[in-house]
Amino acid sequence: MAAFVIRRLLGMVLVLFAVSVLVFLIFTVIPNGDPAYRMAGKNVTPQVVEQIRKEWGFDQNLFVQYTTTMKKLFSGNLISYENRVNVVEEIIRGLPRTFALAIGAALIWFVVGVAVGLFTAVRAGRWPDRVVTVIALVGISMPVFWLGALASYYLGYKANIFPNGGYAEIADEGFLSWLHHLLLPWLVLATLFIGVYSRVVRSSMLDTINEDYVRTARAKGLSERRVLIRHVLRNSLIPVVTLWGLDFGAILGGGAILTETVFDLQGIGQYFAESIKRLDVPPVMAVTMFGAFFIVAFNTFVDIVYALLDPRIRLE
Amino acid sequence: MTTHQDPATALPAADPGEIEHAATGRTGAGPWHLAARRLRRNRVALPFGALFLLLVAIALLAPAFGESVAKTGPNTNHLSDTITVRGQERNVVELDGVPIGPQYLAAKGRYMLGADGNGRDVMVRLLYGARNSLFIGLTASLITTVLAVTVGLLAGYYRGPVDAVISRTLDSLWAFPPVLIGVALGVSLALGGLDLGLFQVRGNSLWIPTLIIGVVSVVYLARPIRGQVLSLREKEFVEAARAHGASDLQIMTRELLPNLVSTVLTFLPVLVANAILLEAALSFLGAGVQPPDPSWGTMLANGVNLLITSPHLTIAPGAMLVLTVLSLNVFGDGVRDALDPRSRVKIGT
Repeated sequence: MAAFVIRRLLGMVLVLFAVSVLVFLIFTVIPNGDPAYRMAGKNVTPQVVEQIRKEWGFDQNLFVQYTTTMKKLFSGNLISYENRVNVVEEIIRGLPRTFALAIGAALIWFVVGVAVGLFTAVRAGRWPDRVVTVIALVGISMPVFWLGALASYYLGYKANIFPNGGYAEIADEGFLSWLHHLLLPWLVLATLFIGVYSRVVRSSMLDTINEDYVRTARAKGLSERRVLIRHVLRNSLIPVVTLWGLDFGAILGGGAILTETVFDLQGIGQYFAESIKRLDVPPVMAVTMFGAFFIVAFNTFVDIVYALLDPRIRLE
Repeated sequence: MTTHQDPATALPAADPGEIEHAATGRTGAGPWHLAARRLRRNRVALPFGALFLLLVAIALLAPAFGESVAKTGPNTNHLSDTITVRGQERNVVELDGVPIGPQYLAAKGRYMLGADGNGRDVMVRLLYGARNSLFIGLTASLITTVLAVTVGLLAGYYRGPVDAVISRTLDSLWAFPPVLIGVALGVSLALGGLDLGLFQVRGNSLWIPTLIIGVVSVVYLARPIRGQVLSLREKEFVEAARAHGASDLQIMTRELLPNLVSTVLTFLPVLVANAILLEAALSFLGAGVQPPDPSWGTMLANGVNLLITSPHLTIAPGAMLVLTVLSLNVFGDGVRDALDPRSRVKIGT
């Protein structure tokens, strides 16, 4: 077990290294204009550009540029090219917002997704199953920023039930206002995942329902309810929990970029979206690294939990 | 050399009704035949498949509609023009910048879905946008399929170091949320274009989002293909081909590839659906189709900014998008059920 965990952690470091090199190359090798020119502003003289280039180290070779960028990132001193603020501090500022969005939405989509999946699996093939399955597909087929924009227009602007975007700090505006601002983003982000999860739960349950141990449980005379909850649902949840860990990691790592932008939550996803529009390399690198870290970390975590839950999985 | 279909992985056993047919002497129904019959019987999937074809047809008719009905092009501004609605003269864009709303049939086919902030006809842009969005979705999925099958075949067939390199690369790609990497690539390429040596791609070309989406989605298909190849290569028919003296390339293309077709077909509709959604997301963030070219994503990006005064600019392209993606998803479900009632398709979001 220890060897397995160590190997996975080493693999994680390798993947993160590859990700950082890739992101660095995307922005330095692909022709997108010299950052020194963009930083110099409109009225440039070659001397100014040269000076900026020296000052920021753009004149050095790629390898040196990469190592200094990474050194700055890990010591928390990475400065953005465009508005020259500390990138790590900006990420730390956005973190609680992204976490609040991710945790709330993930709880909603897990609970509702499992409930809907259970509901449809029990009625598989009959009309309630078909209707709900099509509704779930509609949920999957909607772009999250479209749903978000319409929800904040109709429920926020027109009906005035919810605030029109923005994030409320608990410390400044209290818990209720915080909740009020987050409720709509949670529901919108969760809608998409509820569609996915209910389908996964449904098909996973339909696979499990034919297992021998389910027949045994029925033969023992257990009530149908007990069979469904204790034997079928419990065993069908393993793949769902795996998926949940991965999606949750992706959302934490900036995957909710569209939801954050549409509701103006100012989390790290939105920070990424704004930085990329200015072609500001340091924040883009930092957020991508940060996102990759969460995804890889949850991937590893899920693998380990999976191995613990299911002893049949060999730790190789 | 003949091609062998592996019965265990290619296509599933028939349902009881079909076995009965076989027993009563109706012969010649191969696995593809049975799958086609199952799909034809699916009363939910077929209408949605037809809906998708209808949307494609509508997209193809965009220039005809623009010329003969709306009498304008997708990128033609009409900021200071007026139109006649039921005998009354009206500004296309009011002096305060608010564009005219949907006219449906009242203006003789002009501005059926209203105008945008530049006075462009939303209906015309919607149809031209459909061309771009569908082109990107379909082409990107083809790119994904070719790349994923190649990579999956190589990794699964050769195993060892080849597999290690490919799989670790896929792991690294997997570690990016697709929107993040897509946006990063999109913005940086839109600025400088892409120089592929043989041919150059301009920064505002449709090929940039197409290539990005095609490459970013490879992971979703390459992993299952690799897994399938890993198990297929151990089968007897591969051994038989090898005993015949077939080369690696022959085994991969003539023996393994035909057995991967049903997996590819199962994934294809969902790949296209996701490619269209990803195009919308990238364009929404300014990293996909570049203005003034219309696509559903750019129209949405434009519409969300004017949501409060002109909600029709957001509703129309979004509704088209949902309709298209939904039709692909429902049809894809039917294809999957027809090819393999037991399998599951999962594509990340």
